[in-house]
Amino acid sequence: MMKIEAIIRPTKIHEVKDALDEAGFESITVTDVKGRGKQKGVMQQWRGRKYCVDLLPKIKMEMVVDDDNVDKIVDIIMKVAATGSIGDGKIFITPVTKIIRIRTGETDGEAL
Amino acid sequence: MYGISKKINSKMIWQALLLMSVIFMVFIGTAAAATVDENAAAIEKNAEDIAQNAEDIGVNAEDIGNLQTALTFMWLLLCGALVFFMHAGFSLVEIGLTRTKNTANILMKNFMTICLGIIVYWLVGWGIMYGADAAGILGTDQFMLMGAMDNATWNGWWFQMVFAATGATIVSGAMAERTDFKSYLIYTVLLVAFIYPVYGHWVWSGSGILTSGFLVDAIGETFHDFAGSSVVHSIGGYSALAGIMIVGPRIGKFKNGKAVAIPGHSLPLAFLGTLILALGWVGFNGGSTLDGNDPYANLVIVNTFLAAGAGAIMVMIITWMKTGKPDPSLTANGMLAGLVAITAPCGSVANWAAVVIGIIAGIVVYAGVMFNENTLKLDDPVGAVAVHGYCGTWGVISVGIFALGQGDGSMLADAAYTAAGAGLLYGGTAQFMIQVVGAILSIVWAFVISFIVFKIIDAIIGLRVSEEDEIAGLDVVEHGISAYPEFAILKE
Ligand SMILES: Nc1ncnc2c1ncn2[C@@H]1O[C@H](COP(=O)(O)OP(=O)(O)OP(=O)(O)O)[C@@H](O)[C@H]1O
Ligand SMILES: [Mg+2]
Repeated sequence: MMKIEAIIRPTKIHEVKDALDEAGFESITVTDVKGRGKQKGVMQQWRGRKYCVDLLPKIKMEMVVDDDNVDKIVDIIMKVAATGSIGDGKIFITPVTKIIRIRTGETDGEAL
Repeated sequence: MYGISKKINSKMIWQALLLMSVIFMVFIGTAAAATVDENAAAIEKNAEDIAQNAEDIGVNAEDIGNLQTALTFMWLLLCGALVFFMHAGFSLVEIGLTRTKNTANILMKNFMTICLGIIVYWLVGWGIMYGADAAGILGTDQFMLMGAMDNATWNGWWFQMVFAATGATIVSGAMAERTDFKSYLIYTVLLVAFIYPVYGHWVWSGSGILTSGFLVDAIGETFHDFAGSSVVHSIGGYSALAGIMIVGPRIGKFKNGKAVAIPGHSLPLAFLGTLILALGWVGFNGGSTLDGNDPYANLVIVNTFLAAGAGAIMVMIITWMKTGKPDPSLTANGMLAGLVAITAPCGSVANWAAVVIGIIAGIVVYAGVMFNENTLKLDDPVGAVAVHGYCGTWGVISVGIFALGQGDGSMLADAAYTAAGAGLLYGGTAQFMIQVVGAILSIVWAFVISFIVFKIIDAIIGLRVSEEDEIAGLDVVEHGISAYPEFAILKE
């Protein structure tokens, strides 16, 4: 079992969610986050004066899935969330050691 | 026989003639007498009619007079309402250009400004401004409208009252996000009670030093500020300048001596506020002839909005050229700059001049904002000093340049309320001179008296909140509530 954690543009979340839905991956956690990558934010201006917005609004989506599905999901996110410009985001994949469904007590694969 | 008959005949003819003439005279005489009688009756009737007509005309004239008075009352009640609504505009501009954590505080400041303004202008302000003159300096009676409770005074008081609190509101914007609420309230009371009405007396009471007395005698013309570029806006603007010098910049406004942008949280509110202010100017300038029958109200409104548009366009172009992008909040300032500047000359200049005055106001406000931040190192979050102070001064000076005057051939020769002297462009110099004097007096009076008042308040109460409170935001510290409670949990 793996956790796929993808940081994407807020403008892309609906498209990505719909594409994952279509492919049969419904369960997802989505959080509003702020962050920055290599470029350390963007320049804006206020009353004729430039200033740096160094933490940009992003969306973090988390999905815990079977190892077999990781590639499929990563493909979908890569395809749908990309614009080709800087700031498209990143995907982090980490192993998950245990899962429990609270309602039934089922664990691991059964709980997904 | 012939002879006799002839004699008889001739005698008879004479008799007949005599008889006929007697009969004729009797008839005609009677007829003539009848006509004379008729004529006399008719003349009498005419005289009656004329008297009736005269009476009717008198009644009509009175009716028309009553109607004109009613029209003035109605016009000023409505114009006053529009000016009253400007307080919503001032609130929204100030909120939009500052941060969420001070929003409730700004709402309270602006709200209490008008509430205190109403009461204080009734208690003291009106009396100082329009009470019986003492030495051309200030009024001395009609406090609480005592001795002057009639419709005309109530009407005038309403229209003047809504102007009075405006000056304090201007100060509020410049000192936003770091000023102690209590101190601000005390200052507001003093401004509406004294600082504003004293200068107002000099200009608008008819017996003040800028419209009669030695200054006017020496220069040969009276100061003209149609609706208050100096009386309202300069007074507010230069009081604000004194305020921000004493209270100091917000934490984080300057880093290593360089100004840093502190973005406001809501451009939608700032723009809505700006448009509300512009709407309010219909009343501010439109009502200022104090006469609902003055046809030149049309010229006033057209000039007012020509300058508003020109000011905004100019600032948009300047910021576009300077930074590559047209800056929204400065462009909004540009519209207010044009409005403030045209407030003095709107009833005295041609349409094209209103456009030029607006364009120059746009330049003044941009240069003013940059000068305050880069050179004076002052922090004015909303640009109030540049908009109201500098552009107010430009407005009164512009009268001395562009006024058509009331000389022969002037379009405004028959206007009831306009600058009497021609501006520099039309060969006059006296009007320009007195405008300069009035402008300087407004700067000196507002700046010096406010500087002293703020210093005293600072010494006794403290003008500025603590560093800790400023960082936390005045909403929670001063009022125990955040304007956006749910949002605030997420931020800061
Ligand atoms: N190494 C990282 N650790 C944690 N979060 C990161 C990391 N890199 C990126 N993020 C998150 O992803 C968001 C988007 O990053 P972004 O796409 O700008 O990365 P980048 O490395 O700058 O790539 P690019 O050159 O495409 O912009 C960031 O705002 C941040 O929230
Ligand atoms: Mg990046």
